Amino acid sequence: MKPDKEQYARLLKQACPRSPLLRDCLWAFFVGGGICLLGEGIRTAWLAAGHTLSDAGALTSATLIVISGVLTGLGWYQKLASKAGAGTLVPITGFANAVVSPAIEFRCEGLVTGVGARMFSIAGPVLVYGLLASAVWGVIWWLIRPWLL
Amino acid sequence: MHYLWAFLVGGTLCVAGQLLIDLTNLTPARVLVLYVTSGVLLSAVGLYGPLAELAGAGATVPLTGFGHLLAQGVKRAVDEQGLLGALTGGGAACAAGVAASLLTGVAASLLTKSHDQN
Repeated sequence: MKPDKEQYARLLKQACPRSPLLRDCLWAFFVGGGICLLGEGIRTAWLAAGHTLSDAGALTSATLIVISGVLTGLGWYQKLASKAGAGTLVPITGFANAVVSPAIEFRCEGLVTGVGARMFSIAGPVLVYGLLASAVWGVIWWLIRPWLL
Repeated sequence: MHYLWAFLVGGTLCVAGQLLIDLTNLTPARVLVLYVTSGVLLSAVGLYGPLAELAGAGATVPLTGFGHLLAQGVKRAVDEQGLLGALTGGGAACAAGVAASLLTGVAASLLTKSHDQN
């Protein structure tokens, strides 16, 4: 049988049970919020240690990234992610997981074409479009700045 | 009070991501790209700065905060260096996060073994 588009959509719906939206959102809210709460605690600690506001922000990101890397190495972050979905994806820890996870996975393909290249499979696009957007904003700011100051 | 806002704002940004995944079939990689570029945009129009002041890590830890960091860095660099800053600002601003991720990735690949993804 060769299903047409409509039949195919129906078959697809039957084959993939919809994950309950409310449960997904509650998981995402509490885990994501919890990671940010942890971040706020770390930020407060770096500030208390006498770092400036922007340094404390960078140190907070770096701390969360290392924590996420360790948890990914132990295989725990993935377990949490299977429940928490976007709650573990959207925070910076999800970005770190997207770098560390393929690095471990593709170690068997070598340090250069395995670890070095595969690390960027998700982080690469994020950096490309993040830097692209920021460069565009930089040019716009350069153009409108003389009128604003 | 700061902690409460961090939890609420961070959680809400994650729920928005979850809704995008569940309702639109966007892949996680696309959600991350969308979040970073939205962060740059929201920061550029001046909305993300006040949110970051209110919610602290609740606004800076989600990937929109990464975009905010890039936009702020570029703005500061353009103030100091002119047009060249559009090229240098973003990279300088995200250097710590990117380097920390890459170094952690290399270390983890050398020290740990691949786990079953299920």
